[in-house]
Amino acid sequence: MHTQREFFDVHAVRRDFPILQQRVNGKPLVFLDSAASSQKPLPVLEAMERVYREAYANVHRGVYALSEAATAAYDEARAKIARFIGAPAVENIVFTRNATEALNLLAYAYARAFLREGDEILLTELEHHANFVPWMVLARERNVTLKFIPLTPEGLLDLDAFERLLTERTRIVTFAHVSNVLGTITDPAPIIARAHAAGAIVIVDGSQSVPHMPVNVQAMDCDFLVFSGHKMLGPTGIGVLYGKRALLEAMPPFLTGGDMISYVGFDDVRWNDVPLKFEAGTPAFVEAIGLGAAVDYLSALGMDAVRAHEAQLTAYALERLSEVSGVRIYGPQDPQRRGGVIAFTVNRIHPHDLASLLDQHGIAIRAGHHCAQPLHQRLGVNATARASFYIYTEPSEIDALAEGIEHAKRALRIS
Amino acid sequence: MAMSDLYREHILDHYENPRHHGTLADADFSHEESNPLCGDHVRIDVKLSEDKTRIADAAFSGEGCIISQAATSMLLESVMGWRIDDVEQLDPQHVLSLIGVPLTANRVKCALLGLKVLKTGIKLWKLQQMQHSA
Repeated sequence: MHTQREFFDVHAVRRDFPILQQRVNGKPLVFLDSAASSQKPLPVLEAMERVYREAYANVHRGVYALSEAATAAYDEARAKIARFIGAPAVENIVFTRNATEALNLLAYAYARAFLREGDEILLTELEHHANFVPWMVLARERNVTLKFIPLTPEGLLDLDAFERLLTERTRIVTFAHVSNVLGTITDPAPIIARAHAAGAIVIVDGSQSVPHMPVNVQAMDCDFLVFSGHKMLGPTGIGVLYGKRALLEAMPPFLTGGDMISYVGFDDVRWNDVPLKFEAGTPAFVEAIGLGAAVDYLSALGMDAVRAHEAQLTAYALERLSEVSGVRIYGPQDPQRRGGVIAFTVNRIHPHDLASLLDQHGIAIRAGHHCAQPLHQRLGVNATARASFYIYTEPSEIDALAEGIEHAKRALRIS
Repeated sequence: MAMSDLYREHILDHYENPRHHGTLADADFSHEESNPLCGDHVRIDVKLSEDKTRIADAAFSGEGCIISQAATSMLLESVMGWRIDDVEQLDPQHVLSLIGVPLTANRVKCALLGLKVLKTGIKLWKLQQMQHSA
């Protein structure tokens, strides 16, 4: 193994994650599925427990101390998240259940209000189903046309094709900042500038970028950015929609009910101001507070350091796995152009069997199509195995993966 | 559970030398389904007895993990000559017993894909017969 640089104290980080201390099937847990959902550090668990133990009451309702405390903590979480992604104000941050719900919100509230028959939406061949199916449903319902930016053989977006596909009918351009399968990092700013010049708005799926690298919505100038809390050390059930204020204000609400209104009479209803207009019902405020703690944790490490740590691990994993005979790696070969996620196949071993055999060694990887079936059709495979990394991942775990693949080959009598 | 338990000899044998593998040119019906979780795919062709009450022959094709393919191979081997009414009522435990090793919940779905395809195929064929005679 090469000498690895330490961008932060990984051992200290690991001590903050109680779940990583356990053994699985008699072996130390090697958790390589953070792209699906990350583990949670003690400060996140403690922040949420503190609310439930000491300061729990519904937000935006009571005038008593407990409700005021919970509301203040909820508002503070929103402010932390706004700062984390460089949003100009807290009003730009809408809490949703996850990135999927944020994308559905946009498909329902934005697209159904502003798109007309014959309009075009430009997406990419590598999208997660969450940034695919809502547009497909919309297209069928409203006769809107979907177009897909193809990939180069290396797994990057084909930007020449993008130029050709962008027309005056294009109303929305949307793409994953980082692919959850190929790891492809797409530089958003040039695409966004071109889309704006053509009169389209841009939605960036930041599910795999916001947890792993510095993201600044004003620098890239996206109109909307979505991401999930549970992939970035936060709890499940909380996600974020960032939106430019003028767009959020122009959009009709998505879900309706309490908290999202300013007045309700028997024959009249007026919407609350943004962002509350989009947050009907009691919000997942304890989870939002947990996500605020997660953002604090990541900020303390520094997102540049997080990215550098993962880029180094990715470079090592690309090298180490390519030494294992029969392994085929998908996506860009340059570790600077990919996030900490590696999809691969092993000759003559179905990914499911590989995942089961690795599990016997305590190694957790994902197997399947990773909610990106159209991409797998393009790759010409039914399923891939996927290993993904985060702040707590160590190079020794990549060694364990490589050795685990060799064990699996022996168990299935493949040399 | 040791690794050798999950990929025991008889399972690997059915995977490497699947019984009733392929397609039937003279099938009475065919059905295919995928497991959305992993993309495993199984198609089963069934040839019925003259009185259309029993499975005279069957063949499966598709691709997927060892568990899904071996389980389908074992299933078809075990139901040759059975009444389709009985196959339709077959307890999933039948397939899990043939596999004979404990499976995790997600792998159970792999193991039962073939049974699901066979049962649904029978159900749809019966429905079609009812519509024809109606």
